[in-house]
Amino acid sequence: MKARIQDLLAEASSLQHQPDNTTRHVISLQHTADIAQRTGRTRREIDILALEHDIVPERYLRNLNSLSPKDQITLLKSHACIVGLGGLGGSLVEILARIGLGTLTIIDGDVFEESNLNRQLLSSEHNLSQTKASAALEKILTINSSVHVLDHTEAMDRKNAVELLGRADIAVDCLDSVQTRFVLEKAAKEAGIPMVSAAVAGYAGQLTAIFPGDRGLASIYGPVESRPSTRGAETVLGNLPFTVSLLASLESAEVVNILLTGDSSLRNELLLIDLKDHHFEKVRLI
Amino acid sequence: MTITIDLRLFATLQKFSPPGAGAYEIEAGASVATLVRLLGIPEIKAKLIFINGVKCTLSSELKDGDRVGIFPPVGGG
Repeated sequence: MKARIQDLLAEASSLQHQPDNTTRHVISLQHTADIAQRTGRTRREIDILALEHDIVPERYLRNLNSLSPKDQITLLKSHACIVGLGGLGGSLVEILARIGLGTLTIIDGDVFEESNLNRQLLSSEHNLSQTKASAALEKILTINSSVHVLDHTEAMDRKNAVELLGRADIAVDCLDSVQTRFVLEKAAKEAGIPMVSAAVAGYAGQLTAIFPGDRGLASIYGPVESRPSTRGAETVLGNLPFTVSLLASLESAEVVNILLTGDSSLRNELLLIDLKDHHFEKVRLI
Repeated sequence: MTITIDLRLFATLQKFSPPGAGAYEIEAGASVATLVRLLGIPEIKAKLIFINGVKCTLSSELKDGDRVGIFPPVGGG
């Protein structure tokens, strides 16, 4: 069967001249969809098989050469769990779908409200009251229908956290509550997977990566007993769209870095950002 | 005798920033707790304090030329 698919891929691909003066065998979206249908395989499987035979799906051409074909295969075989689909999560799902992250679990129990419109890219005047998870699902499949999506319209809590994480390789914290961030961190540590975490308030933002065994969020927010409130500076400063989208981009980059290298330059470090004067500073947490 | 520190207050703490925060003078031997008190920042809001890019505690002693940053808890998404 594989040999037949290989023949179909070779037949459907064409040699294309690239901007870096090399040539590559390339296959179009339509051809991969046709081969998937004819062979009963998923589009993602066909994309992976093509890359394994040095044929690049055209949709991923501009990921090269920052990502190698081998890196692209790794991403297509990877599974990220995105918790929170508001400002951070709404931007992040689009970036991860476009870069070709194969499986996305998306979790949010909320529906869109008017106050989301200033920053949440998945919200519009036409989908107020729609669940954020269903809007994210639609967006992902419009952008890249070969992404496998596991969507959940329930909020993450202590009871369901481990189950919702499922078999993800990495967790992405896009939450808006400090308390639930700790719930996700605990579940990710139990599952033995790394987590990328970002938070914003007004012009300011922070980003870190936490691996099982790291001190993690307690080194940022303090130990549980010293946290009288679960509310942060965002309750006063609000959430601005450029800060949210920037932090979502930074989180996406770190998800890819971790999936491709197994490590992160942000472990036990916190990237602090102040967009009032474009101040970026990485500080050591331990 | 005084020392000079480069002070940066983030987010909600910016309102406590004194004029000339980049060259803020404070008594030699002062601790971070003294600095936080002088600035009028509630201790509960000064969760993350950094000296020269490394997290420190309220009891850490300030030295001449230190770069000091204070970041409040942030949780929006």
